[in-house]
Amino acid sequence: MCGIVGLFLKDKALEPRLGDLLSDMLITMTDRGPDSAGIAIYGGTTAGKAKLTVQSADPASDFTDLGSDLATADIDAAVTIKSTHAVIEIAASKLGEIRAILCDIRPNIRIMGSGESVEIFKEIGLPKDVVSRFDVRSMGGTHGIGHTRMATESAVTTFGAHPFSTGADQCLVHNGSLSNHNNLRRELVREGMTFETQNDSEVAAAYLTAEMAKGKDLRQALTGALDDLDGFFTFVVGTKSGFGVVRDPIACKPAVMAETDQYVAFGSEYRALVNLPGIETARVWEPEPATVYFWDHEKAA
Amino acid sequence: MPVFDLSQTPLRELNSALHTLGAGANDTAFEVVNPRGHHAVAVGIDTSVVVEIKGSVGYYCAGMNDGGTVTVHGSVGPGVAENMMSGTVIIEGDASQYAGATGRGGLLVIKGNAASRCGISMKGIDIVVKGSIGHMSAFMGQSGHLVVCGDAGEALGDSLYEAKLFVRGSVKSLGADCIEKEMRPEHLAKLAELLGKAGITDVKPEEFKRYGSARKLYNFNIDNADAY
Repeated sequence: MCGIVGLFLKDKALEPRLGDLLSDMLITMTDRGPDSAGIAIYGGTTAGKAKLTVQSADPASDFTDLGSDLATADIDAAVTIKSTHAVIEIAASKLGEIRAILCDIRPNIRIMGSGESVEIFKEIGLPKDVVSRFDVRSMGGTHGIGHTRMATESAVTTFGAHPFSTGADQCLVHNGSLSNHNNLRRELVREGMTFETQNDSEVAAAYLTAEMAKGKDLRQALTGALDDLDGFFTFVVGTKSGFGVVRDPIACKPAVMAETDQYVAFGSEYRALVNLPGIETARVWEPEPATVYFWDHEKAA
Repeated sequence: MPVFDLSQTPLRELNSALHTLGAGANDTAFEVVNPRGHHAVAVGIDTSVVVEIKGSVGYYCAGMNDGGTVTVHGSVGPGVAENMMSGTVIIEGDASQYAGATGRGGLLVIKGNAASRCGISMKGIDIVVKGSIGHMSAFMGQSGHLVVCGDAGEALGDSLYEAKLFVRGSVKSLGADCIEKEMRPEHLAKLAELLGKAGITDVKPEEFKRYGSARKLYNFNIDNADAY
């Protein structure tokens, strides 16, 4: 099964409530998959700044003095620790450099995602525990996606949890299972992509990243996925300013969407949407099979 | 009239109350408010009770209905009226996947659109959809009628047995062994009856085309025709 949710805000007045609304949506989907849960929040951008979300199995030792050790390596960083994760804010120009430095000074930490806006938090456990561990409810932002997992294709680990991020400010959640992911992974490795897991959904994320690196926008990349990915999928995808949804042509993985003047929302089930403001009068529909849905803050403006 | 507020009352209390109604029970009309997308609302009804659901529900609403009249004033998730035996289920909004799947009898009316696999493996149920239906609808349909006032998606009636399909709009494609068939007077009469039962007055039976099995894929034997 798996449960996936997404919320793309059009009304800035709702932005402080993004984490709270998304948390409720995800917790409602708990019984679709209790193995692990994750959430990606696009918290907004600060000019010239970039963020990395990192994870450690031993946060007490890895995160202690992380800021000062980065300063010693000539990186001015603001480190915010949230349980097993930390968000490191740095100058955008240092984003390439810091990865190598982190490998060197903190070899055991893993990078969950990076970009100008996105922060990614995921762990083994129920959505309610993951949400409270990372204090997701207090987070504001422009859009976000979440996932609660019933594992099928790879192990129940922090890194097998969704969302998967394979490019700056890009992330993906997936309900379904892909059947051509091994072959596609080999092709993507040949093109220079790197993988953290044996998970099929990570291949989908990397595929979209690779396609967008070739110049496609999210809509075009998702359209390509319909031809190049084989298997069952409902994807919800985030980029720095965009939000996309696509289902495979068979469309047996459930999906419901709602749109009002204030937001676009996605849920595996309608139950996930019932607490959203104005849902009673929202336009609610089931996304069509093999059809790309896409919203973008920059293109809408 | 008992009213169940599903934001306050556990779903099981509603369904238990419906299941304990015997013949001659005094409460014959139930109202359900705040269904909030709950699954399995009003499943397993086996009397002629009337249930009005004020809002949208999740999976398997009115499943296995046997004699009840269930109206959903909202939309429904996957598997509405799955395996209905008899009675009537009316959806004022849209229905998700496999509406009326495996139904053996009764009438399912969907006033909006139905998604994929509507009437899959239908075995005697009558389904009337005022809007359009998605792909793979009536797959392996054995008997009963599927009436669609709008359009049908890909692979309508794939591997069809003897269910009768009527579509007023376009059919994106026909599934294996499903063909357009002649509309005879008895079909027009049946369509008129079903449209009447569904309360649809603005379309005429003559506007539909009939689709059925070419009988090449399964071992159809004319001597068994009465069995359908």
